[in-house]
Amino acid sequence: MTTAAATAGERTAKARPATMAQALGRALRDSMAEDPSVHVLGEDVGTLGGVFRITDGLAKEFGEDRCTDTPLAEAGILGAAVGMAMYGLRPVVEMQFDAFAYPAFEQLISHVAKMRNRTGGAMPLPITVRVPYGGGIGGVEHHSDSSEAYYMATPGLHVVTPATVDDAYGLLRASIASDDPVVFLEPKRLYWSKADWSPQAPAAVEPIGRAVVRRSGRSATLITYGPSLPVCMEAAQAAVEEGWDLEVVDLRSLVPFDDETVAASVRRTGRAVVVHESSGFGGPGGEIAARITERCFHHLEAPVLRVAGFDIPYPPPMQERHHLPGVDRVLDAVARLQWEADH
Amino acid sequence: MTVQELPGAAAYRPTPPPAWKPLTDPAPLLPDPEPYRVLGTDAAAAADPELLLRLYAELVRGRRYNTQATALTKQGRLAVYPSSTGQEACEIAAALVLEERDWLFPSYRDTLAAVARGLDPVEALTLLRGDRHTGYDPREHRIAPLCTPLATQLPHAVGLAHAARLKGDDVVALAMVGDGGTSEGDFHEALNFAAVWKAPVVFLVQNNGFAISVPLAKQTAAPSLAHKAVGYGMPGRLVDGNDAAAVHQVLSEAVERARSGGGPTLVEAITYRMDAHTNADDATRYRGDSEVEAWRAHDPVQLMERELTGRGLLGDDAIEEAREAAERMAAGLRERMNADPVLDPMDLFAHVYAEQTTQLREQAARLRVELDAENEQHGTDDGGAGR
Repeated sequence: MTTAAATAGERTAKARPATMAQALGRALRDSMAEDPSVHVLGEDVGTLGGVFRITDGLAKEFGEDRCTDTPLAEAGILGAAVGMAMYGLRPVVEMQFDAFAYPAFEQLISHVAKMRNRTGGAMPLPITVRVPYGGGIGGVEHHSDSSEAYYMATPGLHVVTPATVDDAYGLLRASIASDDPVVFLEPKRLYWSKADWSPQAPAAVEPIGRAVVRRSGRSATLITYGPSLPVCMEAAQAAVEEGWDLEVVDLRSLVPFDDETVAASVRRTGRAVVVHESSGFGGPGGEIAARITERCFHHLEAPVLRVAGFDIPYPPPMQERHHLPGVDRVLDAVARLQWEADH
Repeated sequence: MTVQELPGAAAYRPTPPPAWKPLTDPAPLLPDPEPYRVLGTDAAAAADPELLLRLYAELVRGRRYNTQATALTKQGRLAVYPSSTGQEACEIAAALVLEERDWLFPSYRDTLAAVARGLDPVEALTLLRGDRHTGYDPREHRIAPLCTPLATQLPHAVGLAHAARLKGDDVVALAMVGDGGTSEGDFHEALNFAAVWKAPVVFLVQNNGFAISVPLAKQTAAPSLAHKAVGYGMPGRLVDGNDAAAVHQVLSEAVERARSGGGPTLVEAITYRMDAHTNADDATRYRGDSEVEAWRAHDPVQLMERELTGRGLLGDDAIEEAREAAERMAAGLRERMNADPVLDPMDLFAHVYAEQTTQLREQAARLRVELDAENEQHGTDDGGAGR
């Protein structure tokens, strides 16, 4: 298996993927071409190319044994992937939509996450579970959940979520190459995003587990990932007019969590807002805020704030814009960071 | 209102759905009405005497293993033991029917099958003893970890068998599940995947009558569990689960069918759990003595012994020899289980990820400090081992 950095170098010589969806498809294709043990399976991934067309062309190029349309049964798909991995394959499973992955939770939590541990390291499971997640695409219920907190709470899983076209490619390649199971969360409202809003896209792919500073600033840090990164970048741009110079940290990986990059940024700026669209209560923001407080208490000029989705089941599409944290809600939180002035 | 009464409907002729035909002929998939038997029937005469003698020796050893492990729970050496006493014929046949390259997918009750396949009895008991989750390398023995969640190992068997076939290896996976486990979604999904993929898998349902306390009649309304096979498009077979020769023969045929590309089979073995669910269960709350006694008269070890002695294949000396071999196994197990396992608490962090995360390194360092403090307090320096 070549290193992630080498494959990224190889990729830059080829045509630049236009959208995140294409970058993900390209990552699957390159992984399959490079390693015959990589198998893609899921509902509709073959002939149709997936409902988001991420797997388009794979069955044709690699055959139905390598890109397999399965019966419609998420526990069965992931359970079969466990057995395939036990026999030395590297399965990449597609869960189609966030809320469709729930029937597979027992397989994920009781087996995928624990097999290495249960067997004292004798039987690692290199499985990548691709989960298109999050809202903002006008989907009806059960098509827009942000389930990252469930995955984060399960030791043994890596939880990765790209926000840029480059990371979509590089992190998926790294996830498939990883000897540990990875829940790879794909922000589906960024599937059609192009690379142009990400001026600092990294030239080389970093290993899983490193956050990246997308925008340098000195007055406060916005900590975010996946679908909320563009929101934060836009907010940072808009905040300039208010006199705020915001730093934006893209976590890219929720597990492992990059405490170093986050703490270094918050120590520089003294203020932090965590932004994500999943519900706030029991959500990733609480964990992140606690970690920042533990490490940076004496550097903080204000409490760490969270901007999250409301604590409600994901709303119907005609209402979702009220639920999803937008630029204004982020800017309101930034305004609340003027703690000394208010208290 | 009928179709004919609709205005202007005279020209309308209802037609069947387009191009419908059954995908599979159900008739050959149906199980026989009675569980298949060998012992005490004409079929026994055709059975290989050497195989019967081997099955007998393993049954005697297996029974002794069960009683010894149960005794170890009373001495506090095992946290829990789900006994397979009464079900030894299924356990032994499942192990013996497989080739070395094949895979066994046991449930938590199937320790004996793992031991009969050659696994060190102490390694097989680490889960139930509580020192390790899985005390062996599954790849080395081709035995998946004993599975505690019900039926969740069945899709693993399907995936593994499927992967082996894709690689061109003629490997068969045999997956074991109880009657209660057949109600789980994973049972359904595994059977469906196996049939659609024509995966070389054999599903062995040990129908021992109860899922802890819930009897079969409250578990399913199917004619039999073997009948469930028809719905997936695979053959279902019913076998007397206390007749080791019959279970071995039915499983052999299923394994052969799987290996030759014929796809999966569902085998239901009718047996009975003589002991309670585990040592923590009180079986008298949900079943009567007369039922237990009826099954005691159908004991798998006795069935085989009667067959072999009746046909002059087994004498008193051979019986004694088998019992002595079983006693030696039990004594060895007892002795080894009485030794305290040496555990390293730092192993808690060793196998969560391929590479430890920063967070786990920090937590491991914290535990190290706690262990050092404990050692200092107790004036020992055993690295935390031996607790």
